[in-house]
Amino acid sequence: MKPTRRQLLYGSGSAAIGMAAISPFVWDAIKPKKPIPGGIVGANSARGHRLRDGAFPAPVDSGKHDVIIVGSGIAGLSAAYNLDKTGIRDIRVLELEDHAGGNAHSGKNNVSAYPWGAHYVPLLSSESGHIKALFRDFGIITGEDNGLPVYNEDYILNDPDERLFLEGRWQEGLLPTIGVSTDDQAQYKRFLTHMDSFKVKRGGDDRRWFAIPIDESSADADARALDRLTMKDWMLTAGYTSEPLHGFVNYGCRDDFGVRHDEISAYAGIHYFAGRDGKAANTKPDSVITWPEGNGFLAHKLAEPMAGRILPNALVYNINDTGAGVVVDYWDGQISRRLTARAVVVATPRFIAGRLVPRLRSADFTYAPWVVANLTLNRLPGGVGADVAWDNVIKDSPALGYVVATHQVPQMQPLRTVITYYWPLTHVAPAEARKEAIARTYDDWQILFLSELYRVHPELVGQVAHMDVWLWGHAMIRPVPGFIWGQARRDALKQAPPIFTAHSDMSGISIFEEAYTHGLKASEAVKAFLT
Amino acid sequence: MQRLLLVSVFVIATCGLIYELIAGTLASYLLGDSITQFSTIIGAYLFAMGIGSWASAKVDKNLLAFFVRIEILVGLVGGSSAAILFLLFDQVASFRFLLYFIVTVIGILVGIEIPILLRILKDRYEFKDLVSRVFTFDYIGALFASILFPLVLVPHLGLIRSSFMFGIFNVMVALWLLYSIKEPLPWARLHKIAAGIVMIILTLGFVSSDRITSLAESNSFGGHVIFSKSTPYQRIVITRQQSDIRLYLNSNLQFSSQDEYRYHEALVHPVMSALQAPRNILIIGGGDGLALREILKYPSVAHVTLVDLDPAMTKLFSSSPMLRKLNQDSLHSPKLKVINADAFMWLKHLGANRPIFDAIFIDLPDPSNFSIGKLYSTAFYSLLHTVMGPDSLAVIQSTSPLVARKSFWCVNNTLRASGFQTSPYHALVPAFGDWGYVIASNRPYTVPTRYPAGLRFIDADTARDMFSFPPDMGPIATKIQRLDDQALIHYFDEEWSKYLIY
Repeated sequence: MKPTRRQLLYGSGSAAIGMAAISPFVWDAIKPKKPIPGGIVGANSARGHRLRDGAFPAPVDSGKHDVIIVGSGIAGLSAAYNLDKTGIRDIRVLELEDHAGGNAHSGKNNVSAYPWGAHYVPLLSSESGHIKALFRDFGIITGEDNGLPVYNEDYILNDPDERLFLEGRWQEGLLPTIGVSTDDQAQYKRFLTHMDSFKVKRGGDDRRWFAIPIDESSADADARALDRLTMKDWMLTAGYTSEPLHGFVNYGCRDDFGVRHDEISAYAGIHYFAGRDGKAANTKPDSVITWPEGNGFLAHKLAEPMAGRILPNALVYNINDTGAGVVVDYWDGQISRRLTARAVVVATPRFIAGRLVPRLRSADFTYAPWVVANLTLNRLPGGVGADVAWDNVIKDSPALGYVVATHQVPQMQPLRTVITYYWPLTHVAPAEARKEAIARTYDDWQILFLSELYRVHPELVGQVAHMDVWLWGHAMIRPVPGFIWGQARRDALKQAPPIFTAHSDMSGISIFEEAYTHGLKASEAVKAFLT
Repeated sequence: MQRLLLVSVFVIATCGLIYELIAGTLASYLLGDSITQFSTIIGAYLFAMGIGSWASAKVDKNLLAFFVRIEILVGLVGGSSAAILFLLFDQVASFRFLLYFIVTVIGILVGIEIPILLRILKDRYEFKDLVSRVFTFDYIGALFASILFPLVLVPHLGLIRSSFMFGIFNVMVALWLLYSIKEPLPWARLHKIAAGIVMIILTLGFVSSDRITSLAESNSFGGHVIFSKSTPYQRIVITRQQSDIRLYLNSNLQFSSQDEYRYHEALVHPVMSALQAPRNILIIGGGDGLALREILKYPSVAHVTLVDLDPAMTKLFSSSPMLRKLNQDSLHSPKLKVINADAFMWLKHLGANRPIFDAIFIDLPDPSNFSIGKLYSTAFYSLLHTVMGPDSLAVIQSTSPLVARKSFWCVNNTLRASGFQTSPYHALVPAFGDWGYVIASNRPYTVPTRYPAGLRFIDADTARDMFSFPPDMGPIATKIQRLDDQALIHYFDEEWSKYLIY
């Protein structure tokens, strides 16, 4: 069943939609003559599910360390990186997958490096001084000019940043300009001005209403009240009725949180537009920082000094405070091992943390499933109306569009490239979407992604050299109404030594700054506990 | 049978004249000077026909089989002649020789046709009837061809497709004969197979003619398309109208041979003559070798590095005799080192031992899209600094300050924002318009008063005047072209879209 435009924009919540906007007949005509090499890669759900189902043999004692960190996403890496910097070096990081990075994981082939998840960071917000220090260490911020940070030009997003496909052509920017009424345009303007005013709005405590990190935000009741309704309802209350504007906002919410705007908290929805108040000496305020491998750049930099101390393929199945140290049991694929530590940082999403440490269990933490595809192309995507951009969005598509990995390469015309297609599965409830996604074969995904790609880019038929698909069953915490400023999250922020926690879940929004901040805070708490 | 043979006379006469017309037209397209080309091609063709007629006497037996073979051969050579000539234009050193060779081969083959036919038919007609009928059909065919060619074939099918089509007709005559004659023909099966293969080749050629040159494209340029090639980077088209040779990259005019000396003298000499004995030179873009031609007029020059993205450009301009004449064979200079690379990436990855260039010439296409726009950005100009000494000079072709005033001053202002002193100037190049350049330097620049002998456009007075701007082209404030905000692309698009000629 093909969804109506309205269903896609606002989401009916019931219709089980795929992306197949193309008939099987047409697909037969354009489908690849030879199968495109590739497959379903990524997050090891089979091993992960062992945690849910399996029993493990008795562990072999494998040593003692000062700190064990469970999970090597940005939060875990940040905790490790910062502990290491403060001189606590006897650390082990246990990672379920065969690589570190979590959502910031990336890949590389002979054409380009490319992201598998998070792929940019906005200019650092005014509350992110602690991250500025990190960015200086990493050469991302190279200096200061008139009190503003100077960012490394190689990493500042190149022009053109975004384009939107609608009515058979491309336009610059993501707000539709073709075929919209003057009322739509007036509402765009009012909405953007409204968001700009939220950007600088401060509460009685002189904190911004919408800060990054989110826990630096004002405690004003009026601000927190926005967490009790959905973004869509807030928009309608505020008089925003324009359909293309709703489409744009819905896109933003799905892009940043994997949640539709009729399901997300208005506080989170507005935070997406108003949280980023960063400025730079050498680029415009709404710019972002990115790399061909996306936030894999940051993950690699954080993991670099930890070489040898990150243990991959380690499925942690038990964490227990014995009073004489915390034992951490894990399955390394062959045998179970036991490490003992003075302190443990659980840097996993809460749905895993709850299985390891019963007190961390909470049903209020829900997760959005995503699917990401990386396609190696033998030519750059074309298109009429606007040049190929970094982010290329197809209007009314269930997917978010694709990002071009070679965009930051200053080469005039790369002859080949890799594009990363993002698709948050928001058309049905997360559990159902996960089930549906796991059941799909590589061929099913190929039809779904390629039929949309070919519809918009007929010139790419026959030019896809490779395609890999990654399923993220639990990609992002979902900031549904009541979550960000609710009891479950408040409880989650409390640390109970010697078992600490660090994860962007604890902020309710899944972004680099939050994950890094929780890792840093955990490292400080661990250090205080140990000394 | 007799009627069939007479119809063949009509077909072969039409085909014969078509090949002659195609060769003549192609010669005037590819080599220019249509009167000489047409006249010598027709002469050579008729003379070759004479050779064919003379040679036909050497054939004694199996005349019909011989005739079939000739038809297949004429079809193959004549039919693919236009495509071969187009495709080999930049491949062979002596294109003229190839042209006359093909014309001669076709002429000889066509020359054999009629005498052999006359002999085949000699027992079936009275001599006077035979001669009268054969020549009647021959001349009707000629008239038909001469009307068809300019009115239908050239405008609607194009030269390459027409040539393949008439080759197919020749082979059809052969096949027709093979299948309709009752008398036994030696090796009939082999002849059929050969005819079939040639038919397939010609049909494939006909179908894929568009890949060789698109007719739609020929119609969109002022002159005749004499070379076109799609490289991974761009579409290169060379046209010729009389003696005017033009180069188009992605349909944008790069030079006209009529006035390119103005453009290239203005690009090169204000910088070169301002330097004390420039030795080490860098050209970015400029794969046509025309700026290089001007640079080589300075004996002090020891090394020239030319960085052009597209190997097809430097290959074309160093192999075609016509284009080598235009750039005075500059691309074969022993002082030259050609690097086919992306200029930005090349400069970025030069490494620690960066050479210092005395003069840098940036002769790139206009900033019409975001890809090329990167080479007009502060990031690129910062890289230029790393290969320039305190006295080095760089000059950047910067579109028209008259048509695209904001774009021109945006280039100037971007160079200033990148830490250069700038000296903007402009020159009238009729094929382009009033064209702009900006000299970037680390020290104040003074316009030279002495220039090499033999320049056609630049002298002390012209040069001095180039540096003054009338009010309608004068300096204005603009945004700066940066990688993260390509203001220039928007200026350029906005300004040139108002201008119809472009």
